[in-house]
Amino acid sequence: MNRTLAPFDRRRGEVEQVDRVGAYLRLLCSDPGGPAPRPGQFYMLALAAEWGGGADERPYLPRAFSYLRHEPGRLEFLLEDVGPGTHRLGAARPGEGIWLLGPLGAGFAAPREGRAPLLVGGGIGIVPLAPLQADMPGPALLGFRDAAHAAAGELMADVTLCTDDGSAGHHGLVTELLAARLDEPVEVYACGPPAMLEAVRLMTTQRGVPAQLALESGMACGFGACFGCVVPTRDGYVRVCVDGPVLEASDLEAVPAH
Amino acid sequence: MSTELCGLELEHPIVNASGTFDAIAALRTFGDEVLERFPFAAFVSKTITLKPRQGNPPPRLWETAGGLINSIGLPNKGLAGYLEHDLPVLARLPVPLIVNVMGFTREEVATLVAAVAERDEVAGLELNVSCPNVESGLIMGADPRETAALVHRVRPLTAKPLIVKLTPNATDPAAVAHAAQEAGADGVSLVNTLRGMALHPRTGAPWLGARTGGVSGPAIRAIALAQVAQVAERVSVPVVGMGGVETGAHAHALLRAGAAAVAVGTETFRDPRAGARIAAELADIGRDRRVSARL
Ligand SMILES: Cc1cc2nc3c(=O)[nH]c(=O)nc-3n(C[C@H](O)[C@H](O)[C@H](O)COP(=O)(O)OP(=O)(O)OC[C@H]3O[C@@H](n4cnc5c(N)ncnc54)[C@H](O)[C@@H]3O)c2cc1C
Ligand SMILES: Cc1cc2nc3c(=O)[nH]c(=O)nc-3n(C[C@H](O)[C@H](O)[C@H](O)COP(=O)(O)O)c2cc1C
Ligand code: FES
Repeated sequence: MNRTLAPFDRRRGEVEQVDRVGAYLRLLCSDPGGPAPRPGQFYMLALAAEWGGGADERPYLPRAFSYLRHEPGRLEFLLEDVGPGTHRLGAARPGEGIWLLGPLGAGFAAPREGRAPLLVGGGIGIVPLAPLQADMPGPALLGFRDAAHAAAGELMADVTLCTDDGSAGHHGLVTELLAARLDEPVEVYACGPPAMLEAVRLMTTQRGVPAQLALESGMACGFGACFGCVVPTRDGYVRVCVDGPVLEASDLEAVPAH
Repeated sequence: MSTELCGLELEHPIVNASGTFDAIAALRTFGDEVLERFPFAAFVSKTITLKPRQGNPPPRLWETAGGLINSIGLPNKGLAGYLEHDLPVLARLPVPLIVNVMGFTREEVATLVAAVAERDEVAGLELNVSCPNVESGLIMGADPRETAALVHRVRPLTAKPLIVKLTPNATDPAAVAHAAQEAGADGVSLVNTLRGMALHPRTGAPWLGARTGGVSGPAIRAIALAQVAQVAERVSVPVVGMGGVETGAHAHALLRAGAAAVAVGTETFRDPRAGARIAAELADIGRDRRVSARL
């Protein structure tokens, strides 16, 4: 099974450290009594104090994050500061209380018989691929905006880098690297911005290569309660938080743009 | 702190607000702990309709100052799907089951009420009247006469408790509540979400897939308190109060305003066991007051 059940309680952990990894922030916290998650699962996080009252009085709801690393009693996350929630988490001080709910959702499944994993990540989307690679080694094709963001490539092994501006690795899109590998007997594991995932979905379905995509979606709860996080599939809308976040590319109608 | 609500024995006064806790998805996420430590004293299902609904196109959520705007659009499996797939699972819950139904005509509501009420697993019904009657064009719960006609139509179909969930987007919710009571409702619940809107930060177009949505959470707490107080003054049947409840103190305020029980909605998204926590905080408040009353 690619799903560890979450304890039915939000847990209060403690922020231990926040440091920089290139243009991203890494947050380490304790997770007292939390079970071991499966790669691709995620957590809802909120700080215990001063969660709210920022710009537009936000954040209010907790935010969804893939985990970067787990060891018994501790979790690591990697954040990109894009708004009030990620900003507040990135500014957390050691010793602050943090609410954790998880692990949530369904993670990645083993590759189909005779296929080897090929990991494809874009930007902050590399996060769920790091624990996946630790469990299931395979080459990683990683795309970033520029060299500052590409520094996060250090968090993984066997990496082929590319950047949008050519400041590190191949100058171009990660999907160009992927196109050259689709004749091999691989199963693609991808996470990244919607445009990248949509390109991966189209390429792999056209070539008949199985692909598991870890999606993002705006979430209020993370455990199937609100029906807010849906994406269109061939069977209608499904909830990314309980039916995903990892979904089969061939089941999706499209990877929604925002 | 056991409570009686329209003839149902509840272990405490906190239930969930319809559409804010999916017990079946929670079982998939948290396992049987959901049954062993169920946070609510009754379970209220998300609204079901006669036919299956996909719900609104995404995006469906916008975080607003102290709250949430949602345009979920009542996705559900429809009556037949609910009775076949969901009801047998919900029957495992350790608390009474209240099923929330909505129809687009009076006859649709009647079909739903009759089919749901005859099932032994169901303890009571909640009528969501926040939608237009496609025959009259009026929001069923926005007008006292519409509401009365609806309750008259369905009341004879069941002896089980029938709670009318009022819309706060009505000119005079207390008049609607009174009309529901006179037509035979066993209780009323309020508030449902208030209409709201958000614009895309870059394009300026409506953010939500359905253009507008419903505001919930702390942002509506003061409005909910005023409406609950106003309704409770007008009716003698039990009132289920809700809107922005995050703590035992918030629940206590609604009870003071005349509610018989309190529903917790959006707070459950932040804390899945908020119901149990709020019930415990409420019990503490009750204990403190009894102690200080003796001093
Ligand atoms: C399963 C999953 C895993 C994730 N893993 C990671 C991870 O490992 N690392 C990471 O950095 N991020 C991750 N994310 C994304 C992360 O959850 C978001 O970046 C975060 O929620 C943003 O919150 P914010 O308050 O910082 O920004 P927000 O202001 O909420 O903005 C984020 C985006 O939401 C939209 N938006 C803007 N205002 C609002 C509003 N008021 N209401 C609703 N939407 C709005 C806009 O599109 C904006 O670009 C993950 C998301 C999911 C679903
Ligand atoms: C995401 C979401 C979905 C909802 N779905 C329903 C629903 O299906 N039927 C219904 O009667 N009310 C629904 N509601 C309204 C709630 O039951 C409740 O009336 C409202 O949210 C106010 O309570 P709160 O502030 O505690 O959330 C929904 C609310 C939210 C936030
Ligand atoms: S985030 Fe609430 S249902 Fe997925």
